[in-house]
Amino acid sequence: MFKDTEHLIRLAAVMIIALAVFGVVRAAVVPKSFGQYGHYRADAIADIAARPIAHAGHEVCEGCHTDVVEVKKLGKHVVVPCEACHGAQANHADDPATIKPPKTDTAVVCSRCHEANSAKPKAFPQVVTAEHSGGLACDTCHQPHRPKIEEEKTTAKTTTEVKK
Amino acid sequence: MDITRRRMLLLLPAAAVAWKYVEAGTPEASPNYKMSEHWWGMLIDIPKCIGCGSCVRACAAENDVPEGYYRTWIERYHVADWKIERPEVESPDGGKQGFPPNQSDGKNFFVPKLCNHCADSPCTQVCPVGATFVSPDGVVLVDKSYCLGCRYCVQACPYGCRFINPKTNTAEKCTLCYHRITKGLTTACCEVCPTGARQLADLKNPKDPIHEFLKTHMVQVLKPHMATGAKVFYNGMDGSVR
Repeated sequence: MFKDTEHLIRLAAVMIIALAVFGVVRAAVVPKSFGQYGHYRADAIADIAARPIAHAGHEVCEGCHTDVVEVKKLGKHVVVPCEACHGAQANHADDPATIKPPKTDTAVVCSRCHEANSAKPKAFPQVVTAEHSGGLACDTCHQPHRPKIEEEKTTAKTTTEVKK
Repeated sequence: MDITRRRMLLLLPAAAVAWKYVEAGTPEASPNYKMSEHWWGMLIDIPKCIGCGSCVRACAAENDVPEGYYRTWIERYHVADWKIERPEVESPDGGKQGFPPNQSDGKNFFVPKLCNHCADSPCTQVCPVGATFVSPDGVVLVDKSYCLGCRYCVQACPYGCRFINPKTNTAEKCTLCYHRITKGLTTACCEVCPTGARQLADLKNPKDPIHEFLKTHMVQVLKPHMATGAKVFYNGMDGSVR
């Protein structure tokens, strides 16, 4: 038996209290879901998943704009999703009556894909817009949803397709 | 109760059964989406990319990415003849507004880049506070409320896919549109890609066309020597791509 066991008991008591305080503080501070899947807060996954979407997706667009779908089917732009040109339209899809998408400027939008560039795949149709249209908006001649121009019109127009 | 050898042996299997429940955790919040059934990645078909920048614009709109920062971006490579180790790479405004005309000699092509959602990601390993992690469905995410903004992860990413958001001062990166893929949609970049150069891939879904594609094509990941377990697969990628 030790001489001054009281000291040891006091020391033990202090340590137990300190441990208890640590336990209480830790339980209060560390989120419940921390460590559920790993060394992180599992609830963060749900927080990130809760963000609202901005792009509706072409399936949603096609639900209403069936006329455009029919036109697109006839041409090469059938593969181009709506929001590639029209921008994010989830707001419009949620409330089509009041939120109207802005008019698409074909002079800007078309050239993003079709402006000639040597890094683009060779088979992809490209033009130098300055030579091709001289700054005219593309929809002066082309219908963007079905861009191929009918035979008689193409002969009237001078199309200089640059294949680089 | 004394713990005798016999009782201990009886307790062990009971503890093992109990631990199974601890590991399984609480059921996931969204009933239609089960994290355990997915393992996300992406397929990028370089010969199809036209460098239009639709993906970069869509990403910015979808995720409110600050001006001058990119969660995804497009690089244009110019490789002069044999100088495969000295490619000229440029990415003006991340390719958001397309690319100006360039030299037509040599080899020119676009490479879209984004977080590779590495299975063994270097960025999550260095986080000192557990603010970034690989989710059970294989997406590298950042917990904004935990991030200190210490920038370790920005340095650790070998692909340069992270940045510090100047508004929140926390690390930010591609979430693979986690808010979309958990709702059954594709990512914003894949949604708007006009040529199908980018395709979201669920590697755990046996019906996903990615499996057939990987079987029939020569596919690479970026920096395979770093053994990051990258899950963004590039088809038709040149050896000059870094």
